[in-house]
Amino acid sequence: MTIVALNSKSASAILPRGGGVRGALSDLFWRKPKLLLLLMLLPPVLWLGIVYVGSLFALLLQSFFSIDEFSGLINRQFTLKTYGDLLQAANLDIILRTVTMAALVTFASAIIAFPIAYYAARYARGRWKALFYLGVMLPLWSSYLVKIYAWKLILAKEGILTWLLAKLHLLWLLDGWLSLPVVGGNSLSVSSTGTFIVFVYVWLPFMILPVQAALERVPGNLVEASSDLGASPGQTFRNVLFPLALPGIVAGSIFTFSLTLGDYIIPQIIGTSRLFIGQAVYSQQGTAGNIPLAAAFTVVPIVIMGLYLWGAKRMGAFDAL
Amino acid sequence: MTSAVSFQKVSRHFGSVRAVDMVDLDIVPGEFFAMLGPSGSGKTTCLRLIAGFEQPTSGSISIFGERAEGVPPYRRNVNTVFQDYALFPHLNVLDNVAYGLMVKGVGKLERQKAAEEALSLVRLPGYGARRPSQLSGGQRQRVALARALVNQPKVLLLDEPLGALDLKLRENMQEELKSLQKALGITFVFVTHDQGEALSMADRVAVFNDGKIMQIGTPEDIYQRPKTRFVADFVGSSNVLPPDFVQRYCGQHRWGSLRPESIRIGRAAKGDGVTARLVSTNYLGATTRLALDAEGLRLHAIVPAGAKLPGEGEAVVLTFNREHLHLMDEPG
Repeated sequence: MTIVALNSKSASAILPRGGGVRGALSDLFWRKPKLLLLLMLLPPVLWLGIVYVGSLFALLLQSFFSIDEFSGLINRQFTLKTYGDLLQAANLDIILRTVTMAALVTFASAIIAFPIAYYAARYARGRWKALFYLGVMLPLWSSYLVKIYAWKLILAKEGILTWLLAKLHLLWLLDGWLSLPVVGGNSLSVSSTGTFIVFVYVWLPFMILPVQAALERVPGNLVEASSDLGASPGQTFRNVLFPLALPGIVAGSIFTFSLTLGDYIIPQIIGTSRLFIGQAVYSQQGTAGNIPLAAAFTVVPIVIMGLYLWGAKRMGAFDAL
Repeated sequence: MTSAVSFQKVSRHFGSVRAVDMVDLDIVPGEFFAMLGPSGSGKTTCLRLIAGFEQPTSGSISIFGERAEGVPPYRRNVNTVFQDYALFPHLNVLDNVAYGLMVKGVGKLERQKAAEEALSLVRLPGYGARRPSQLSGGQRQRVALARALVNQPKVLLLDEPLGALDLKLRENMQEELKSLQKALGITFVFVTHDQGEALSMADRVAVFNDGKIMQIGTPEDIYQRPKTRFVADFVGSSNVLPPDFVQRYCGQHRWGSLRPESIRIGRAAKGDGVTARLVSTNYLGATTRLALDAEGLRLHAIVPAGAKLPGEGEAVVLTFNREHLHLMDEPG
């Protein structure tokens, strides 16, 4: 009998420790699991704590220095003068433009992402699910710059979009839109509308994935229960699906909102010559050499995100977590 | 009188799987109806067909005389208590219970009052402010029940609602459900795989197997007079006797069933009876279950605990009252 054979081999009730340092370490970590946790967490915590938070703090510190307008040297004395400069009308204009764009991009991303995420979470199985992930992630594999230049060509006056609309005899629609103030321009590639389209395209995956993850965690029978209790599909969406997906939407909007707030490449390549926060930071610390003002500009997105998260929490966005 | 629920030749196929296959069914208004069967027998699909989560592939379903095919769940005055309760995690208990009234547009004060009443009905008064996650399994089950009952449904569907509860709680809930149903007079349709539960609670039981109904009848009918081998075996693990065996004792060449408690055990070489060998004894508390080998046929007997028993492996003689041997419709 096998059992008998096994028994005779391992005669003792306690097995000997595994050989060498590895055996000793295994036993040590089993007895003190917190030691293992500490050893695993130490490197990333040091990285985040010193390299990341530390340098962020150093940057924030700079925003309380000021620049000497004659010599261009940085005066290392704490002052709120730089923040006074930040609140000039031209700079407020930049901040308002960037925040409006970020809000619109976030809103549009959420609306486009929800049906895709819903399909992926509720209906896609097996091969279709793999195709969904591939479709969402594939754009992230190619270079960000290549995608933006591709969009510049698509949106250009000689581009495929204008050509397509001409074939469909819908050019008047495009011309009408481009003749509007603020959103319009000579062509889509030099208008705020173009900037908006490309922002939505580039950040969409960052909205789809968290929303899909949130919807995935909503048990299907909650939708059935809602329907069973007399709720129409619209009521089920408002009262069950949306509140339960909200943490995912908020997580996604943190990505789309903060990425738009900080980006300086897309508005530089596609859109008008009016600046966004990222471009302002870039030019202040580069050509202008005004590091304190650049640092003050970077505080703006941090404060806005802080306010946004606080507001989301107040509105109960995380209650379903 | 119109049936509460009526199925006429209803089938529901999933691809090549016939989950429900040509089922005819009439549920009387105000009765406690149990659908009993092993998993995958089609009982839950039948329940989902009544709720409207599934649509029949063919056949017709009516609820209180009204045709229900193509009618979405939210237009049916039928409510469900789900197997895992399906309480909304983002709402507190009161809002969960008031949900059905909320979506129907009942005012806030009125629906909260109704929800409080429903919570008292299931003996959870004052629990309204809690979250479902703060409740025990038994309490969640009651909330799910209150959430369904507050809508005053014409038919209440219960999908294995007691499956996740421990034995003691389950027995309490069985009694409570039964008395609640009597008090409210609502038609209850109860799905379970537990034959004891079905027999103890239901006015009538439908036994399902392979998407078909094997037998519909009162618990006593089902237990004492099973029509097929499947019913005899599934309900109360009756001894199914092959036609040759039955012929020897009754003269009829048909399948028979004999309840384990109908078998009496005697010492060998004492009067006539079936000679058998005692294979094993299982102590069950109030009773003892014996496994017997009667010339190759495996039989089970249940005797009161404390009865003097022969040792395992010893020869015994089995006797039973001929009246207890039930002949089944199924041909031999």
